[in-house]
Amino acid sequence: MIRTQTPLGRLWVWAVWLLVGFFIVNLLGLIATVVVNSFSTRWFTTWLPVGFTTRWYLSAWEEFQLPDILMATFEVVGAVVLLSGLLGVPAAYAMARRDFPGKRFVMLLFLLPMLVPPITFGIPLATVLYQAGLAGEVWGVILANLVPTVPFVILVMIPFIQQIDPRVEQAARVFGAGTLRMFTNVLVPLLLPGILAALLLVLVRTIAMFELTFLTAGPTSQTLVVALYYAVFAAGVRAGQSVDAMAVIYMITTLAWLLLALRFVNPTQIVTRAKR
Amino acid sequence: MRQALARRGFDGVTLLLLPAVLFVIALFIYPFFYGLDLSFHPKTGGVGLANYIRFFSDPFLYDTIGKTLMLAVPVTLLNVAFSVPVALRVRLMAKPRLLTTILVIPITLGTVLVAEGMLNYFGPRGWLNRALLEFGLSDAPLHLIHNYWGVFLSLVITGFPFTFLLTLSYVTGIDPALERAGAMLGARAWERFKLIILPLLLPGLAITFCLSFVQAFSVFPSAVLLGAPAGVTRVISVAAYTAAFEEYDYPMASAIAMIMASVQIGIVAALLGAQSLLYRGPAGGGKG
Repeated sequence: MIRTQTPLGRLWVWAVWLLVGFFIVNLLGLIATVVVNSFSTRWFTTWLPVGFTTRWYLSAWEEFQLPDILMATFEVVGAVVLLSGLLGVPAAYAMARRDFPGKRFVMLLFLLPMLVPPITFGIPLATVLYQAGLAGEVWGVILANLVPTVPFVILVMIPFIQQIDPRVEQAARVFGAGTLRMFTNVLVPLLLPGILAALLLVLVRTIAMFELTFLTAGPTSQTLVVALYYAVFAAGVRAGQSVDAMAVIYMITTLAWLLLALRFVNPTQIVTRAKR
Repeated sequence: MRQALARRGFDGVTLLLLPAVLFVIALFIYPFFYGLDLSFHPKTGGVGLANYIRFFSDPFLYDTIGKTLMLAVPVTLLNVAFSVPVALRVRLMAKPRLLTTILVIPITLGTVLVAEGMLNYFGPRGWLNRALLEFGLSDAPLHLIHNYWGVFLSLVITGFPFTFLLTLSYVTGIDPALERAGAMLGARAWERFKLIILPLLLPGLAITFCLSFVQAFSVFPSAVLLGAPAGVTRVISVAAYTAAFEEYDYPMASAIAMIMASVQIGIVAALLGAQSLLYRGPAGGGKG
């Protein structure tokens, strides 16, 4: 490692850390205001609220019909996680183990839905789903959310599968295992950490996926993040504390899963997709 | 026949790809072409470019491209410019995990929650303005929400961590031995950066810029919640959303979505085209 010696160089290092510190202080302040406000009785012109209470959580629970919304969120997220695993892992296996003409084209096909922003492809997708009568239903939301997550699972899983020695599979074949048997008895147990990591990331991304859910959800298929958007959008109709109480519930749901996911993956993996 | 196919790589295992490929074709490729086709069938009837002509003749519509670029380009430049020095420092840290974990939080929470937090925090009575007034750094509260700066700041808060983590993954791919070699030969910090690191980093930075730009260009929830969605921050996605879900003019909405996609593809293609002029060799040290 090279040490910075010159005074100007030291100043520069300080400036960089100061910048990072400033960013993080503001970020944490931003999150803390939401939490503090959700517990406050009244909060206008002081640093901290006049008093603290938990009643906003009760009122948010009833006003926003949170039981229904949480139910819909779990349905959507659960189905997306399960289906993207079922569609993605076998496809990743084929991508990792076989070379065939047009493989680059297939790879591009999987990269595109992750590179194109959801709002761009979401509008034509929502139009198609409305034509098919699926939008507004839970199934429409699930299908829309699968579009970026299936390629995501494939790209995350490819390097995991490439790490497994193909001779293990050959041995299974020699002993007479079919493809299905080989998957359930050999590959899935070996790949479990990778599958877990990929699916946890899918879970976190789906809870926070606003655009696709927003464009395809109906009144009965809103997830937490879309309900939060409507609550913030209609601010003034309800007490701000009540909206913040809901924001805290959303935050806890997301961060709990993020912390679990971070036990298995590196934070950089959340933005950088699999190595190509 | 079966063996001939298997030799080229098509066998039972390759067929496992089929469900995923069909899924992406049905729900990504097909809707795209469906939308493209729909955009040529205006609501008023007939076939033609009427939607596109309307878009480019109505300032309320075509201005959205400029307004979106006014947000997306400066924000992306700022995020990339800050990411590089920070990533170069973080690379030297022994345990960057806590820092990267904190930075992953805004990405995970998403723009809607960040918007709600910003409404509290950057508001006229929020902690930031309170601190500025208290320390005498400002005479009056700064107007940071419900205008251009609200959307700008939200794009920095969610965009900077994304850009930074992406840059970090490219920076850590550069062999530190190359910089040590430079230092040993007497290059100073700035020279090492300019002559060794930057040329190796530029291809990765181009990709980082593309991905960050495309994200910023499709800004939606924060433009509505934190900006002035009828004025300065009426970005292109707001126009597309209004056409689809408030005017129920799906052909027009598809046309706007296609225009949005072509601006994004245009800028990305230009950058990646320029990238091919750059050095594209190994960023590792050693022989060969």
